[in-house]
Amino acid sequence: MGIPKIVVYAESEGDKPATSTLELLTKARELADTVECVYVGTNADALAGSLGEHGATKVHAVDPGDVLPGIVGAAALAGLVASDAPDVVLFAQSYDGRDAISRLSVKLDRPVLTNGTDLKVEGDAMVVGTAIFGGNTLVDTTFESEKPFLAAIRPKSFAAEPSGGAAAEVVALAAGDAGRGGEAKVLERHVEEREGPKLEEAPVVVSGGRGIGSAEAFGPIVDELAKLLNGASGASRAIVDAGWVPYSKQVGQTGKTVKPKLYIALGISGATQHLVGMKGSDTILAINKDGEAPIFSVADLGIVGDVHKVVPKLIEALQAR
Amino acid sequence: MNIVVCVKQIPDPANPGELDPETHTLKREGKLILDESDSYGVEMALQLADTAGGGEVTLVSMAPNSEVSGLRTALAMGAAQAILVSDDALRGSDALSTAKVLAKAIERAGEVDLVLTATESTDGYSGTIPAQVAELLGWPSLTFAKHVEIADGKAKIQRQTEAGFDEVEASLPAVVSVTAGVVEPRYPSFKGIMAAKNKPVDEVKVADLGLADDQVGWAGARQKITDVRDAPAREAGEKIEDDGTAHERVVAFLEQLKVI
Ligand SMILES: Cc1cc2nc3c(=O)[nH]c(=O)nc-3n(C[C@H](O)[C@H](O)[C@H](O)COP(=O)(O)OP(=O)(O)OC[C@H]3O[C@@H](n4cnc5c(N)ncnc54)[C@H](O)[C@@H]3O)c2cc1C
Ligand SMILES: Nc1ncnc2c1ncn2[C@@H]1O[C@H](COP(=O)(O)O)[C@@H](O)[C@H]1O
Repeated sequence: MGIPKIVVYAESEGDKPATSTLELLTKARELADTVECVYVGTNADALAGSLGEHGATKVHAVDPGDVLPGIVGAAALAGLVASDAPDVVLFAQSYDGRDAISRLSVKLDRPVLTNGTDLKVEGDAMVVGTAIFGGNTLVDTTFESEKPFLAAIRPKSFAAEPSGGAAAEVVALAAGDAGRGGEAKVLERHVEEREGPKLEEAPVVVSGGRGIGSAEAFGPIVDELAKLLNGASGASRAIVDAGWVPYSKQVGQTGKTVKPKLYIALGISGATQHLVGMKGSDTILAINKDGEAPIFSVADLGIVGDVHKVVPKLIEALQAR
Repeated sequence: MNIVVCVKQIPDPANPGELDPETHTLKREGKLILDESDSYGVEMALQLADTAGGGEVTLVSMAPNSEVSGLRTALAMGAAQAILVSDDALRGSDALSTAKVLAKAIERAGEVDLVLTATESTDGYSGTIPAQVAELLGWPSLTFAKHVEIADGKAKIQRQTEAGFDEVEASLPAVVSVTAGVVEPRYPSFKGIMAAKNKPVDEVKVADLGLADDQVGWAGARQKITDVRDAPAREAGEKIEDDGTAHERVVAFLEQLKVI
């Protein structure tokens, strides 16, 4: 029925598979008879249970040493493609995923389809869906190349659901020859401290835009409201570029995609590049002093007003409860 | 130090994009401008060449209809010269074909120590071209740089990650992709704009780069757009003016959603 084999380029967050990896596995097992992972890292054993539960039967693990993981991943995948001939290799549209798919496409001389938000198999063909123009237009593209088809999928495109499979078998995969690519070395990792839930996983996201007025307003207005709602704070690119908050908070086309139960936009105009990152939220609340702001076209509840008047009163009311 | 900056020339993003009804690809007729995302690479290159005490900054661009408007903007910022690849055979090129063209054009630029690109283009945003170019050249790639330093024949960057950033380094020559905000791009001065008019632009065809026509364009892309449709629109809901009590409406809304 399905295609014979999909390989998923797996990534981790500490000793757990990345959510984006579990999303890809869930979709892959619906489309293919066999699903396996390639994982670049030394803790594959810790991930094998969860990867198996989401549909992978095998994890091909490769040790990158101190080389940038995506570069090692591409070289190792080239070896696996030569020996195992998978039909499709899937990547998350992530930092390392992008390095890996790019280099693999050159090694195999195969085209890539990236920024996917949907995947379909039609007979022997594979279709990648993408959303363009701020998510207003959907485009299907079909591979016409030799296999394997290489696609990168935006996180949050599919729901991650366990299937109850047994732990995946961990097998060692040779690193392959990355050539001079292997000269890219990771010297040191810096982890930014975060309070509360992760932006991509929080049930409530409160984001601030240029309309909050200043970097100083982010804490008392945006962070505070997020905290009271057990949510995470996010931001538009305007205030990330302005240096008010770190890039890790950016929601949108070049930032994160979020799909919380509730998304609250404070002083955000609603540019298409922002909308594409949050339009999939269950419910959207927007506060903006410009009644014509495009954010209101996607808001379930829109308040035309000044964030500096509405939000402090709201915070006070929530604190009083 | 000789630096190449890949700069894409794109339709003005202020105007709504449009698909060609026949090919379903983005319409790229009319005047194109410098992709703002690439202005960071140009600025970074000028600063790095300056710090290194000299060397040339060369632009490389692939664009339809011999377009130079965007190149002139980057030349006005201070780049010395440009290589422009423009050829009808390139119509329909995908990311990999584009990377093949850019890699060949970079080789044409002679001795190069560093290639800079943006992390993704504004109109296409495939985001694969930087590492594809590096692999084609056989060079290391340092991607998603929010800070770049060159010293002792090495590039050292702060690479954005999900959790924060990593310090990553590679020997030169290398490809580095830079994020918006890595440096503050300068505005071209009047003198710069005048000087840019006479700076050399070497315009080449696919054949001049030693590529065959079927490696690029529609034939090279090996993919086909099979459907284009409108996404289901999200309905706008209730909209109220704040009369000093809007917060009460919000509290009721949060209760209804069981968020509080
Ligand atoms: C290639 C590319 C990628 C991009 N990627 C992203 C992305 O990932 N994420 C993203 O967000 N953007 C992205 N952008 C930028 C996007 O186009 C917008 O510029 C950006 O989203 C605007 O941010 P903003 O809404 O905070 O600011 P503005 O557009 O300046 O809007 C500020 C809003 O605040 C309102 N306001 C002002 N004062 C108040 C007040 N006191 N109370 C209430 N409201 C007030 C104003 O009415 C206005 O609507 C991208 C752009 C490009 C070209
Ligand atoms: N046609 C082009 N000409 C020059 N540079 C390009 C071109 N296409 C892409 N690039 C470079 O590669 C980066 C990533 O592009 P993309 O992979 O299309 O998102 C861009 O930001 C540019 O720096």
